[in-house]
Amino acid sequence: MSDRRRTERLVADACLAVVAACFALPLLWLVLASVNGHADLRVAVPHPFTTGNFRSVLNTDTTYRPMLNSLVLCGGATALCVGCAVLAAYPLSRYRSRLKRPFLITILFATGLPITAVMVPVYGMFVQVDLIDTMYGTVYFLAASALPFAIWLMKNFMDGVPMVLEEAAWTDGASPMQTLRRVVLPLMWPGVVVVTIYTFIAMWGNFFVPYLLLLSPDQLPASVSIFNFFSARGTVQYGQLAAFSVLYSLPVVVLYTVMSRRLGGGFALGGALKG
Amino acid sequence: MTTSVTTMSRQAQPKGAGPRPSRPSRATRTRRTLVRGLPVLPALVLLALFLAGPIGYCVYYAFTDMRLSGASATNFVGLDNFRHAFAAEGFLNAVWLTLVFTVLSAVVGQNTLGLALAALMRHASKAVRAVTGTLVIAAWVLPEVVAAYLLYAFFRKEGELNAILDALRLPSQNWLYTLPILAVSMANVWRGTAFSMLIYSAALGEVPREIEEAAEVDGAGRWQQLWHVTLPLIRRSIGTNLMLNTLQTLSVFGLIYTMTRGGPGDRSQTLPLYMYEQAFKNSLIGYGTAVALMLLVVGGLFSAVYMRLLRTEV
Repeated sequence: MSDRRRTERLVADACLAVVAACFALPLLWLVLASVNGHADLRVAVPHPFTTGNFRSVLNTDTTYRPMLNSLVLCGGATALCVGCAVLAAYPLSRYRSRLKRPFLITILFATGLPITAVMVPVYGMFVQVDLIDTMYGTVYFLAASALPFAIWLMKNFMDGVPMVLEEAAWTDGASPMQTLRRVVLPLMWPGVVVVTIYTFIAMWGNFFVPYLLLLSPDQLPASVSIFNFFSARGTVQYGQLAAFSVLYSLPVVVLYTVMSRRLGGGFALGGALKG
Repeated sequence: MTTSVTTMSRQAQPKGAGPRPSRPSRATRTRRTLVRGLPVLPALVLLALFLAGPIGYCVYYAFTDMRLSGASATNFVGLDNFRHAFAAEGFLNAVWLTLVFTVLSAVVGQNTLGLALAALMRHASKAVRAVTGTLVIAAWVLPEVVAAYLLYAFFRKEGELNAILDALRLPSQNWLYTLPILAVSMANVWRGTAFSMLIYSAALGEVPREIEEAAEVDGAGRWQQLWHVTLPLIRRSIGTNLMLNTLQTLSVFGLIYTMTRGGPGDRSQTLPLYMYEQAFKNSLIGYGTAVALMLLVVGGLFSAVYMRLLRTEV
């Protein structure tokens, strides 16, 4: 038995190592190319080792402005989305109503809709109502498109908070909104953080929505500017492109790491999602 | 999680069903529902304006000849857009490629690899498990365009894949030119497997050890055990995961667009890219929307199936 276990572990380790190597190669290339003075498309020891790539992309046009735009866009949309989701999840989690089931079914249905498919009509609609090329219009749409999933997750997390404490608060005369803020939210903050970070990460990487809805170069977020950078200079400046990719990916990697260290991260999400 | 969700809703129930001394009148109840439902309003408004609105527009535009140039007035053209689509070679090509892309990357790639990883991780040593998990998740957390750029570099003629093939004395080729749909499918596997891995890790974690041990005592090999014991136990997760993978893959745009622009020619042009080209490059908003509507309907069907799988939880 123990022999069998040891062999199994060895086989499992070997298989995982192969898969891990396949996943690691592109990542390794990114890191090495970003500090390589003569980066090409192969994984190679940086020669010469340089921080020049970073220095040449760290300027307003290439990095600072797009990153700031991303922050405004994704931060605004995440705040709006999570705020609405918390408010909506409370009655959905706490009360019974004939309307609840149809609403939840619609929400669940909407989480599955391919948002890509509505982008053409969204563009048409934004042109007609004059929201095209505005940050706030894009924020509204990003928030709305992430909302069904956020509500669904938030409701599941809120269902996990026992009602007993709330009932005590109610007896003391607290209004539902006070109860939500003082009792429920403090108890489910890990859930709120998971939803917030997950929403933010998804938006930070979103390319298609800002690519279609924003036109002026000074409003473009990093996801679009990196694409333009890639199309314009992709064939020559691999090192700079890699450096910019590292900078642009850094916030979400850090956020995810913090979340998974403190809260079990994706594993918590996988659990809340479905299992 | 299935079980914990059920227990949660069971916990939540006593409240609503709580002591109800006298049945309030219909009007009072309606008012109470409205007051209690008030917090849903902001979400409802946002969803109605920016999600339901565009879907409504989608249905409407799909039956018109709307153009981007705006030179001519928009006319109602009935089913013309759809007739045109099914006669167009480009559309049929896109449908076929979408099918290939979805089956290869979502159903076969992400789903199977995710399950394999989750299953192997239960037997692997801690260090290997941690490193593999981190790398797979890192690929998932990276922004879409960055992932696309990395895989573009990997599959390029002078890229790393060919370097490895050369080193192994295997024939190399220009992947993005000869097999673009395979390259973008692999890219999608690289980027999306973490999701399946997480779902299956959670699901396998809930399979009671005793059941597996019992099968082992009965002399079942690992494969038999997986096939006859574990997989039937997690079949709901498999269903859910397949649906979610398919839905995510159906709407992949940035990854393919960055890597190949749908090319060379139209050999990696899946439906979202075809829709984009028709609507914006060729300025045929009406026609592009008709394609979008079909994509939306297919997505809607999958979403409905997914919902049925989760139905007991609503």
